[in-house]
Amino acid sequence: MSEAARKIRVQCEINGKAVSLETHSMARLLDVLREQAGLTGTKEGCGEGECGACSIEMDGALVNSCLIPALQADGAKIRTIEGVADADVLSALQKSFLGHGGAQCGICTPGMILAARNLLSRNAQPTENEVREALSGNLCRCTGYTKIFESVLEACRTQRAHP
Amino acid sequence: MENRQIGKSIPRKEGREKVTGAARYVDDLTFPDMIHGLTVRSSFARGKILGIRFGEGIPWNEFTIVTAKDIPGKNCIALLIEDQPCLADQFVNHPEEAVVLLAHPDKYLLEEARRAVQIEYEPLPGVFTIDDSLSLKQIIWGDDNVFKSYRVEKGDVGSAWSSADFIVEGEYETGAQEQLYIEPQGMIARANSTEGVTVWGSLQCPYYVHKALVRLFGLPKEKVRVVQTETGGGFGGKEEYPSMIAGHAALLALKSGKPVKMIYDRAEDMAATTKRHPSRTRHRTAVTREGKLLAMEIDFTLDGGAYETLSPVVLSRGTIHAAGPYACPNVLIQSRVVATNAPPHGAFRGFGAPQSVFALERHLDRVAVAVGISPEEVRRRNFLHEGQTLAVGQVVREKVQMDKLMDRALALSGYHEKRARFAEENPRSAIKRGIGFAAFLHGAGFTGSGEEYLASEALVTATPEGKVHVLAGSTEMGQGTNTIFAQIAAEALGLDCDQIEILQPDTSLVPNSGPTVASRTTMIVGKLVETAALAIKKSLLDAGLLKNGYSAHDFVDACRKYPGKFGALQSLVKYQHPGDLHWDDAKYQGDAYGAYAWAVYVAEVSVDTRTAEVRVEDFVAVQEVGKVINPILAAGQIEGGVAQGIGFALYENVVWQEGRMVNGQMTNYIMPTSMDVPPIRVFFEELPYARGPAGAKGIGELPLDGTAPAIANAISHATRADVRQIPITTEKLMEMLEGVHV
Repeated sequence: MSEAARKIRVQCEINGKAVSLETHSMARLLDVLREQAGLTGTKEGCGEGECGACSIEMDGALVNSCLIPALQADGAKIRTIEGVADADVLSALQKSFLGHGGAQCGICTPGMILAARNLLSRNAQPTENEVREALSGNLCRCTGYTKIFESVLEACRTQRAHP
Repeated sequence: MENRQIGKSIPRKEGREKVTGAARYVDDLTFPDMIHGLTVRSSFARGKILGIRFGEGIPWNEFTIVTAKDIPGKNCIALLIEDQPCLADQFVNHPEEAVVLLAHPDKYLLEEARRAVQIEYEPLPGVFTIDDSLSLKQIIWGDDNVFKSYRVEKGDVGSAWSSADFIVEGEYETGAQEQLYIEPQGMIARANSTEGVTVWGSLQCPYYVHKALVRLFGLPKEKVRVVQTETGGGFGGKEEYPSMIAGHAALLALKSGKPVKMIYDRAEDMAATTKRHPSRTRHRTAVTREGKLLAMEIDFTLDGGAYETLSPVVLSRGTIHAAGPYACPNVLIQSRVVATNAPPHGAFRGFGAPQSVFALERHLDRVAVAVGISPEEVRRRNFLHEGQTLAVGQVVREKVQMDKLMDRALALSGYHEKRARFAEENPRSAIKRGIGFAAFLHGAGFTGSGEEYLASEALVTATPEGKVHVLAGSTEMGQGTNTIFAQIAAEALGLDCDQIEILQPDTSLVPNSGPTVASRTTMIVGKLVETAALAIKKSLLDAGLLKNGYSAHDFVDACRKYPGKFGALQSLVKYQHPGDLHWDDAKYQGDAYGAYAWAVYVAEVSVDTRTAEVRVEDFVAVQEVGKVINPILAAGQIEGGVAQGIGFALYENVVWQEGRMVNGQMTNYIMPTSMDVPPIRVFFEELPYARGPAGAKGIGELPLDGTAPAIANAISHATRADVRQIPITTEKLMEMLEGVHV
């Protein structure tokens, strides 16, 4: 197959910006984000949809970007970790992860924050059990999850106090 | 100015980059002209390489191809010895051993090329179990398949058997465990004949990689540079293996003349890199009817895999920890680590101790049953106290409060109340509850004379702008090095952590602080940082540029004035071994560690006897680790370690077939998720350690030692199953409960 035949073009909206990217026909959305869009905050941990390090929001749903063929993202609205803070101002979740030990090595953190954000967009006052369920597709090997639960619940409390 | 930074939960130094996705890990870096590298590995566990063929349909002329013949220096990964090749030459000794390296700009084409490389072998019979290795059916290493053995003797065990009221024997096994850092191994290399070799990567020990590359390329030390990038977890898995991948990437870079990136995918990482050593421990214990230990005979064996790597050191720590925090008068520990045709087993948090501590703490519960006293009583009657002697003959001079730790842990977990309640409720329920615990210690720092040999250094400088820089080879991999060093330096200097900058470990800039392993970073290297920072302060005070009670502004002012009069403001501090710590390597006797952390962990479980499903319902971890420098980071270390220990105990089952891990995916190698961990309740007793920075001791490995035996003891309490092996998978427990094979 010629080089040109192996290329495809994907047009989508990433973190509020319309983009048009050329990529390999076999590329995954994860590859396009990291390599073509230069958004390396989305991580690859397993490449098989188990670890959640590549979690992003696509049209409002939390997905593993390693399982999405790049073509499927054509026309989609995508949010990655780079689109979570408001310019330099951290979101409540980012602040609480920073302040409550929710991030250690940091490799699962972008996916974890996207998963927590997706939960809070549906349920602003989750119980700890609901947090556990919502994060069950995101593996963390450092924290034992305890401080991640605390971080998410703390973000809910601050958001309630300062909406 | 006292205690302004210590004991405070200062947010993680590099935390902002981590929560925004701005932190740059090795796979996030791109160099101009960079190409991708890939490894072709052996499909046989043991065999002679007859030939390598490059199949049709691949434009091989576009590829950089490296074999053992392309290695400019010695074909080895220099570590303790030089038995492990960087690339297999005539023989392969384990599955997934690297044979050929390929590089190309197109990683999709690279993957096709991998499949087109055919390596022909003459297969040789392999050795895959401890028993097969010890039986010497095949000699695969040295004269006797034994990498290393130790004998530790205290008193005379032979004298004790006849006076014992009970003799309790048992055999215990632990399986391999994958470190499963979420960031796979990766490295980028640049190399040419004039500049030498530079690598950037995910690693724990920059100077281990440096040593290996110097030998592999036959270069002078100054021609090799190793830079640590942000590292997404290590747990020991990035202690020795990064030397291998750095060597591979650098060989491809040298031959291609281009920067080469090698990132392992998960399957390759799990199949090819190190895991925790599988173990088998045999106990024979003499005990009185009052529960006093008279003699402990312990036989401890590790499966080392195909090459020596770090196995002797792992065995050493496992051996020394095998008799636990008990004052038994007669102890004999004999241990060995043997060769098999599996990828070398290696460093993993705990480093041999989780294996031998599992055996001991499970065994002591069985001793309690034999004697007819409670598990807590058998321990209480034998706990070591200040001034008493460990198995290696070390007189413990620190204050030891095992009784207090145990009482506190049992009270916090509601142990006695739950034992009574479960005894009443369990007969009426298909779901049986149980509660169990483990008591243990963990030595911080390198064993014996290790720290003396390492002779680590750390450098602290102050710029004319008043910025304090900490330069150390110690790496941040999530455990908190950056933040802890900043707190220690800030405390010593009377500054805020914001004024302290921790420089990225880069062997061309930072001194060799030794490897980031062995729970040594805070206690050993942190102490060097503290000493160096205090020397900076003294220089400014002695120069008359500062007066005690100074402000941050005064400090900046003094730093500005200092260089003009006295030159650069810096302090390089080298480790000085305390004169009262003695170790005899030949006898394996003496002060094994400068300090120990002490702990009692309690696990509560429920077991559904219909499905053999185990849930850990509650977990209490009480420990004495000296002064806690950062409570959130310290608790995070314990919680994370407990979760890994839960995996070690229940889920993480490496399935082997002829030396190859056949479940090398996250789909079928199961680690704990957010649904699997109980509330993990962490408590510290703080007894400041005189030689630690601000009184701190080591903490990182500790939680791996006691978690699994606490859970196993709880399962045995719940079900009366005599658990002897971990992981206690559902299938295995069902076999024990039903007496049938699943």
